[in-house]
Amino acid sequence: MQILKLTCKNLRDKIAAGEIKSINAVSAVFEQIEKNDAKIGAYISTFKEQSFAKAKEVDEKIAAQKPVGALAGVPIAIKDNMCSTFGATTCGSKILQNFHSPYDATAVEKLLAADAVIVGKTNLDEFAMGSSTENSGIKQTVNPLDYSRVPGGSSGGSAAAVAAEMCFAALGSDTGGSIRQPAGFCGIAGLKPTYGRVSRYGLVAYGSSLDQIGPLTKNVEDCALILNVIAGHDEKDSTSIDEKIAPVQDWLATVNTKPQNFKIAVVPELFKGADSEVVAAVKNAIEFYKKNGAEIIEISMPHFDYAIATYYLIATAEASSNLARYDGVHYGHRSKNANDYIEVYSKSRDEGFGPEVKRRIMLGTYALSSGYYDAYYLKALKARNLIRGDFTAAFAKADYIIMPTSPTTAFKIGEKTNDPLQMYLSDIYTIAVNLAGVPAISVPCGNDNNLPIGLQIIAPAFEEAKLLQIARLFEISRP
Amino acid sequence: MAELDYKIIVGLEIHVQLATRTKMFCGCELVFAGEPNSRVCPVCLGLPGALPVMNKQAVEFAILTASALNCKIAKFTKWDRKSYYYPDLPKNYQISQYDLPVGENGFIEIPLADGQSKKIRIRRVHLEEDAGKNLHSGAFSQVDLNRAGMPLMEIVTEPDMNNPQEVATLAMELQRIVRFLGVSQADMQKGHMRFEPNVNVVIKKDGGEFKTPITEIKNLNSFKALEKGTAFEAKRQLNEFLERGEVMKSGNKKTFGWDDERGVTVLQREKEEAHDYRYFPDPDLVPVTVDEKWLTDIQSGCRELPLAMQKRFITDYSLNDYDAGVLTADKDTAGFFDEAVKAGGEPKRICNFITQTGLKISGEKNCRVSQLGISPQRLAELAKLVAGGTVNATAAAAIFEKMMQDDSEPQKIAESLNLIQKSDEGELAKIVDEILAANQDAVNEVKSDGKKSKKAQGFLMGQVMQRTKGTANPQVVAKIMNERLK
Repeated sequence: MQILKLTCKNLRDKIAAGEIKSINAVSAVFEQIEKNDAKIGAYISTFKEQSFAKAKEVDEKIAAQKPVGALAGVPIAIKDNMCSTFGATTCGSKILQNFHSPYDATAVEKLLAADAVIVGKTNLDEFAMGSSTENSGIKQTVNPLDYSRVPGGSSGGSAAAVAAEMCFAALGSDTGGSIRQPAGFCGIAGLKPTYGRVSRYGLVAYGSSLDQIGPLTKNVEDCALILNVIAGHDEKDSTSIDEKIAPVQDWLATVNTKPQNFKIAVVPELFKGADSEVVAAVKNAIEFYKKNGAEIIEISMPHFDYAIATYYLIATAEASSNLARYDGVHYGHRSKNANDYIEVYSKSRDEGFGPEVKRRIMLGTYALSSGYYDAYYLKALKARNLIRGDFTAAFAKADYIIMPTSPTTAFKIGEKTNDPLQMYLSDIYTIAVNLAGVPAISVPCGNDNNLPIGLQIIAPAFEEAKLLQIARLFEISRP
Repeated sequence: MAELDYKIIVGLEIHVQLATRTKMFCGCELVFAGEPNSRVCPVCLGLPGALPVMNKQAVEFAILTASALNCKIAKFTKWDRKSYYYPDLPKNYQISQYDLPVGENGFIEIPLADGQSKKIRIRRVHLEEDAGKNLHSGAFSQVDLNRAGMPLMEIVTEPDMNNPQEVATLAMELQRIVRFLGVSQADMQKGHMRFEPNVNVVIKKDGGEFKTPITEIKNLNSFKALEKGTAFEAKRQLNEFLERGEVMKSGNKKTFGWDDERGVTVLQREKEEAHDYRYFPDPDLVPVTVDEKWLTDIQSGCRELPLAMQKRFITDYSLNDYDAGVLTADKDTAGFFDEAVKAGGEPKRICNFITQTGLKISGEKNCRVSQLGISPQRLAELAKLVAGGTVNATAAAAIFEKMMQDDSEPQKIAESLNLIQKSDEGELAKIVDEILAANQDAVNEVKSDGKKSKKAQGFLMGQVMQRTKGTANPQVVAKIMNERLK
């Protein structure tokens, strides 16, 4: 039996049953990392010694029939923008290259409490700003399915690590598509939960009103399993969901329930911008649902076109403020060439941040500046409300909305780096979901020239259970 | 200059550090000692990934204060980020409130020297987090973030004060209010209250009206400095106007620092243009909705303000200004006094119990008067015993101390301590006669009606009191003595 082929849940079950030792799973993962990661570049840091120690501890607990957590002994990776007391937390940036957090993010604490083995921290576009992981200030990650192509981003390292079997699941963060798009490009499942479903405490902020942690996994069932572990209200995050409004559920227990009498909305005008192979694959998926009892309705989302412009004002405005603290004064990179304290700021930031981060800080600063606030930031907030309204109207008529995850399959490395606007357009289908705060998942729905195509399914806020069920239905019985 | 027609205009910006248990947005306890950077956590250090969580008590304190200052309380308020770069500001933005402060459009009434009072309008009351402190030593500067994240309440008045005394009076009245409400220790020396006056002068000259440029004064660490600094600055501006004709232009607000030793204001910086703080709503915090019930609960803590209460004590209870002022220095004492009087205690006597005995003991014990173990009702009973002649004032003080451990009726305590006043004339006459017989010199002194007569009479009274262990009724003793010594 090849351990690495197992899903997260299967491995978890086998470890718990004593059929496989965690230490063997960890060994297999590190062999794979040592064999392939020099080429793929998914990890920024790995924790071999700590992982073996944790695996040993779990194996001993199981041998002694002591209770263990829901992910006992399973090798998991986390995106390197989540704070951990072990290793650095670089955010893919030179400015934080040597930053060691004195505390663990809530999501990381929860993984550890579930006895997961955190094998490493994965590469990302600097501060999660990007769609290809090419903006990392640390290293290049390639698509494991085609090394000449990008893995997507910004959670490109997490997607590549799962796709290349260098872990059994990974956490990513999604501000405008950063879980779903790389999941689509690498042929795996990626879930962005409802905003606030998973605590942001310890997730280094990019766009605070949009950021959300979620799983990248081999299949939908594993998304449910990981969500079970990481979801829940956190008193340290005021924006995390009140349990009285939407309690956490056992999503794993309900993921295999077959949805009945459901309606799916499609937005025909949105297919225009996508590659024909992508459109064909998504249409096949819609056909599949139709055969499985779905009523398909066509709707229009009149404000969808404004999503990218809106996003690049709100996310950058928040980012310009969130990233102000990286100034070389308290921690992180400090310029050796500064002559006074103003230069400590300007030179440290100039040397520490990459071009895309600088672009977004400048854009956001501009949008918030006196005299421009009303025309840009405030207007963007209004547009955001209209986009939310489009989703509310859609969900009044249907249970789900289906569209592609991305307009194309994984593109070539370097293909879009000189054209930021082209790069931004690769998130056209995912960005509106963050603006609305609703949950969405990407699952593989076909291939074009051996490159995977992602199907995006969107559900109303708090309806992760329904979302996982319909995605699981496609996964287990698609043609 | 004597005939110059001018008017000083002053508005105040006041920062009050709230006496909450923890900081504004994290769980660090408010402790004022400790090594630099020892009272910190990821949130107040502004570490990557850390998130603020609102301190509800701070919001309640701000609403309480804003209510006491007659402000309109916002039904919906929120948190905004104010961006500027400074090493003592860990996130390089301060969480504050921009367009929706906790309270707006209020006023504070301040007492004037002539016994009248004046209303000063309050523009706004809002909450924010404090910054840390930069420490400079040699070629390097260091940053201490212990203070970072402490809750600050900013109060802004309209420019309604017209002389330095009014400024100092407002400051003292505000100090009394926040102490009275228990929302701040309000110690100026410790920086719990920081006053920054904005000063200018309007001059009428040659049929025209001229305004000097507005300046802000910082570094005023006492009420005295506040008054002197404001006076100095107004005078300096007048001189500038007379010598150089300097008048207000747009955007030339300067900041001056008060040099307490030299007694002068010193130019710190010129604001060339308004700083762009790029305020926007903090996405890490949720807005605050103040519903009726919450507001009522909070406001039940401040039905009457100290100045109003002081006036009532003077009018209704015939106290003098000083006594009424001492009693209304804090809410607990004032309330305790008021209840004891309402329970039937004679006001001046209750006042004396509190100011002469109660506050002294509570000061030693570092507690409130209401926490001494004596209820206002019991204190009223004690006052009645004195008024009715059952015990005298000396005995009452002893009974008061016993009452702190014993909740019995004061009458019973007086009996058990043998402190019931002796008013029986026959019994007391016997004692008086014995004392007079034993102190013939003093008796002669009294009878001589000379310089030392009063003193000698006092001595004889003291002897009687000593003999009776303080239980003799002084009026009865005096009456008998006067008859004998005619």
